[in-house]
Amino acid sequence: MTNLLTAPWPWYVAGPLIGLMVPLLLLLGNKTFGISANLRHACAILLPEAAKPGFFRYDWRKERWNLMFAAGLVLGGLLAGLVFANPEATHLSGRAVQSLRGLGVTLRPGLVPQELLDLRRPVVWLILSLSGVLVGFGTRYGGGCTSGHAITGLSTLQFPSLVATVSFFAGGILSANFLLPLLLK
Amino acid sequence: MTYIPTPSADQTRSFPSTLSLFSYLLAGIFFGVVLVKSEAASWYRIQEMFRFQSFHMYGLIGSAVLTGMLSTWLLRRLKARALTGQTIHVQSKDPGLPRYVFGGLIFGLGWGLAGVCPGPVFTLLGSGLWAMLIVLLFALLGTWLYGVFRDRLPH
Repeated sequence: MTNLLTAPWPWYVAGPLIGLMVPLLLLLGNKTFGISANLRHACAILLPEAAKPGFFRYDWRKERWNLMFAAGLVLGGLLAGLVFANPEATHLSGRAVQSLRGLGVTLRPGLVPQELLDLRRPVVWLILSLSGVLVGFGTRYGGGCTSGHAITGLSTLQFPSLVATVSFFAGGILSANFLLPLLLK
Repeated sequence: MTYIPTPSADQTRSFPSTLSLFSYLLAGIFFGVVLVKSEAASWYRIQEMFRFQSFHMYGLIGSAVLTGMLSTWLLRRLKARALTGQTIHVQSKDPGLPRYVFGGLIFGLGWGLAGVCPGPVFTLLGSGLWAMLIVLLFALLGTWLYGVFRDRLPH
């Protein structure tokens, strides 16, 4: 029974569930599914007036629904990632495991490798902080992340989202295959 | 003959605001669970994806998009209304091209490093990975930086 609760789901089950987020939020209140906007709202809330560019001057209270959604994400992570955490390591392909070895990372149970959570290593701080800045800057510049563009934008047949999604992958392929190995060696 | 005004078709019915906000919390919990169960929040899976070493993530995103396309088409076809009473209307993305190319590339670069996009950052934080706070704080910094330099960037 515990297996059922902790085991990961196949893509053809989880994928459609992800896709259903788009109509779900539309039905709940005509909301556009897009998580990165929360980063903007957080800035709008936290920034003092003196350091607040025009981009953050708007009524963030109208977007409380999204902040509640983000709070839900945290709780969902607690539930599925901690309480019912998968005790088995991810079922990666053989080639993927080999690539990991090349990066000096060992496949163990968990969603993120221990090697990237070891805060005693300066390179881990570099990777996490650099990743954060790029994600924060890039998602606002590009007007969305995977949820906003790859899922919602493509589902609603919007060309800008196709451009964005292709660019996401170009960037990701570059950093995963070239930048990350450079940093980890 | 006196004209008796009828309520406009898009007049929002009352959907109690606390209940409404709670429903988004529930939706978020649901999606957080799905992010973990689908392994979209897994650094391992993202690395595998960017090296084309498995179909898993492509099947995931592909089936998500197909489902999203089908369901939103259905909503439009049925001229469905939200629980708040409004007719469902999908917002168009802002016009432009450079912003999507450059912004997308920059986000992608970040995604390929720590293996996280915004959703998983929150979800992994909830699962107890406190190191994700570093990613989140620097993401807020990055967001602020965009706000500062926005007027000088091509969109």
